[in-house]
Amino acid sequence: MQTDFLEIGNGKAVDRHRIPHLAFEDFRTQAMALVDSGGKVVQYFAYEEGDGIKLLAVLRTDRLLTAGCDAPEAYPAMSLTCEPFHLFERELAEQFAIRPEGHPWLKMVRYHPNYHGRKDVFGNDYKADIPGNYGYYAVEGEEIHEVAVGPVHAGVIEPGHFRFNCIGERVLHLEIQLGYQHRGIEQLLLNVSHRRLPIIAEGIAGDTAVGHGLCYAQAIEALTDKAPDDGARIIRTIGLELERLQNHVGDLGALSGDVAFLPPANYCGRMRGDFLNMSLWLCGNRFGKGLVRPGGVRFPMTDVDRETLAGRLQELKPQVCHTIELLFATPSVRARFEGCGAVSNDDAHKLGLVGPAGRACGIAYDVRREFPTEHYAQLNIPKNAKPTGDVYARARMRADEILQSMDIVESLLENPVLTQCVETAPGEPAPSAMVVTLNEAWRGEVSHCVLTDDKGQIVRYKVKDPSFHNWNGLAMSLRDTGISDFPLNNKSYNLSYCGFDL
Amino acid sequence: MTSVLFVFLAILLAPFYAAVILKVKAFFGGKKGPPLLINYYTLVKLIKKGSVYSTSTTAIFKLGPMVSLCAAITVLMFLPIAGQPPIFAFQGDIIFLLYLLGLGRFFTIAAAMDTASPFEGMGAAREAYFPIICEATLFMILILFYVMSGDLSLAAYFSAGQPAGFWKAAGAPLLFVVLALFIVMLTENSRVPVDDPATHLELTMIHEVMVLDHSGPDFAFIELGSFIKLFFYSTMITRLVCPVTLGYPAVDLVVFLATMGVVYVAVGVTESVMARYRMDKVPQFVLTSFALAFFATVISLEFLK
Repeated sequence: MQTDFLEIGNGKAVDRHRIPHLAFEDFRTQAMALVDSGGKVVQYFAYEEGDGIKLLAVLRTDRLLTAGCDAPEAYPAMSLTCEPFHLFERELAEQFAIRPEGHPWLKMVRYHPNYHGRKDVFGNDYKADIPGNYGYYAVEGEEIHEVAVGPVHAGVIEPGHFRFNCIGERVLHLEIQLGYQHRGIEQLLLNVSHRRLPIIAEGIAGDTAVGHGLCYAQAIEALTDKAPDDGARIIRTIGLELERLQNHVGDLGALSGDVAFLPPANYCGRMRGDFLNMSLWLCGNRFGKGLVRPGGVRFPMTDVDRETLAGRLQELKPQVCHTIELLFATPSVRARFEGCGAVSNDDAHKLGLVGPAGRACGIAYDVRREFPTEHYAQLNIPKNAKPTGDVYARARMRADEILQSMDIVESLLENPVLTQCVETAPGEPAPSAMVVTLNEAWRGEVSHCVLTDDKGQIVRYKVKDPSFHNWNGLAMSLRDTGISDFPLNNKSYNLSYCGFDL
Repeated sequence: MTSVLFVFLAILLAPFYAAVILKVKAFFGGKKGPPLLINYYTLVKLIKKGSVYSTSTTAIFKLGPMVSLCAAITVLMFLPIAGQPPIFAFQGDIIFLLYLLGLGRFFTIAAAMDTASPFEGMGAAREAYFPIICEATLFMILILFYVMSGDLSLAAYFSAGQPAGFWKAAGAPLLFVVLALFIVMLTENSRVPVDDPATHLELTMIHEVMVLDHSGPDFAFIELGSFIKLFFYSTMITRLVCPVTLGYPAVDLVVFLATMGVVYVAVGVTESVMARYRMDKVPQFVLTSFALAFFATVISLEFLK
């Protein structure tokens, strides 16, 4: 399709003067046309420049495309006909009070006042600190009952409010209200010294420390024009794959535990620990924090390290395979997984699902294959997709990716890796530049977008966790599903609260 | 006198046997598991604590745990433990006992509804639904036993040589009855594959969710009550599985206690090798017990003619 949008590369800085600045009407029509013809929204956000507020969109087809425009105060909502913009428009309305007229579901996202003290779009009083203070969708009828879960949950689960409208055991509608973990990360990233940036980036979602850390590091590398060496790329790839293994193995165990099938739950819990300890061996932190820094990695991988890790992986691999086999070969487990919480391929496209959740609905998109960074261009990432979109597909997807990731890590550990460790802080970012980075973390596409002004100061740091796309997938899964299957569906997505709340 | 001692012995041993299930599950999961005395520690801990009551609850809420524990203990007094004659017995007591347990359940449900929590309301609805099917099964078994023994009393069915008499009279179809009773036991006591006693997920619970608001001694009563209930059902199964009575009370007791262990281990194994059923499939599973009991009755009555 012919549009004015500029093609950019993943993790390649562009001069902001080269980004097409369109009239809003053109911007809107072209963005919608791109998405309508199968494109997806990677980033769509506003930033302040001079006196005005501007919009920037990064869309993906088989390429990454970007364009910007001046932000109007109100405009006819794109979500009306083009669903993938839905949550992005709500975020815009919340952050910069830009009203999408006729938006089908104009509700706050994280419950905070907008950045500029403009009149609030939702008419909220933020002095009252109750994020749940909002009229939920309600189904009316004699036998309808509402179940409210959270925001405080049992155990160590993060806070989030779930509102079920049920008839008997059947859920008609689930509404998810998040925002309880909002820490103001995007604003925080603009106001701290450069030394703290990587630490904050790794803390956006603690279980995706390597994914977010990598997005941050690649962005700064692009802006400071300092590429990591090949050895560092391999170690970072191993770090990201280990993170995937830890979480996927943990998730399979949790899924098994939720259907009260304990043996795999216990085995997976233990093996997750083993994978975490591999990260510990690599960088001194079980979650891979402190491994990735702009310019490379902070820890080398000696031949002794390689042999140790390879030895551990060799020991774990048959155990993992055996546990996966045990889980999926048990008829009562399959009976619970199959057909539970199915999302159609069409709905998944409209919601813009990414990662394993999207691949379970037949959307094969994988950043590692389509916009490869680090060492992924040299690896042959298989095209994963399952057609059914149910809990079984999401679980099977994870199992497949576990097996693939083990092969990837195994192959990367075969040859000696040489790298110069990063000791110094990165230099000054290039002025008037824009960079967007995408990585396939274990939950799916993580993306950071950084803009600098003419002095090289970061003026906007936009973060998008895959959970931003996928929470509504969970809500859709619950439609017409038994309420007792909610925990199982929830585990099959295992989304991040803090990654969404920022 | 011995009968009274046996009731105390049963109350004392019930928590121990429940821990056997935990041990078996831990074994299958490759873990050491909690100590066998864990349930005693828990009970002592709970009794030492104070109870917390929500301001929205009434006296019904406080009554629930006590009534359910008392119902369970009363039922135990009618039970011929290890083939010994029970403290009480009268013609038709079995129907009285089934509904006494029902009364205990009614109060648990009423206490759950009293909290006005949507979770507990859902749990109560499920708890009220599944035992209805169990009741059908139990009455079908009752019909069979009544025809075979001409009695309507728990003491008559399970004391001394009567279980062996059932086997002689009914033969193989009695296996169906054992299986049906096993399913009823799993359902009535909220075990996998009907309910998951280990879960922390309120939305999937049946029994556990109804007692979420109870604390301290109240919760200890509920726990003890459920241990006793499990003991009650497995005693019936044990007597059917191992109907031997040698006439020496001490030997009979040892054989009985060992067989009880086997029944509890069977529960543990069942819980370890299968996942829980989806909530809407549970009635089918429970109905299986009715089908089994029905066939056992039809076949046996045909033979007995």
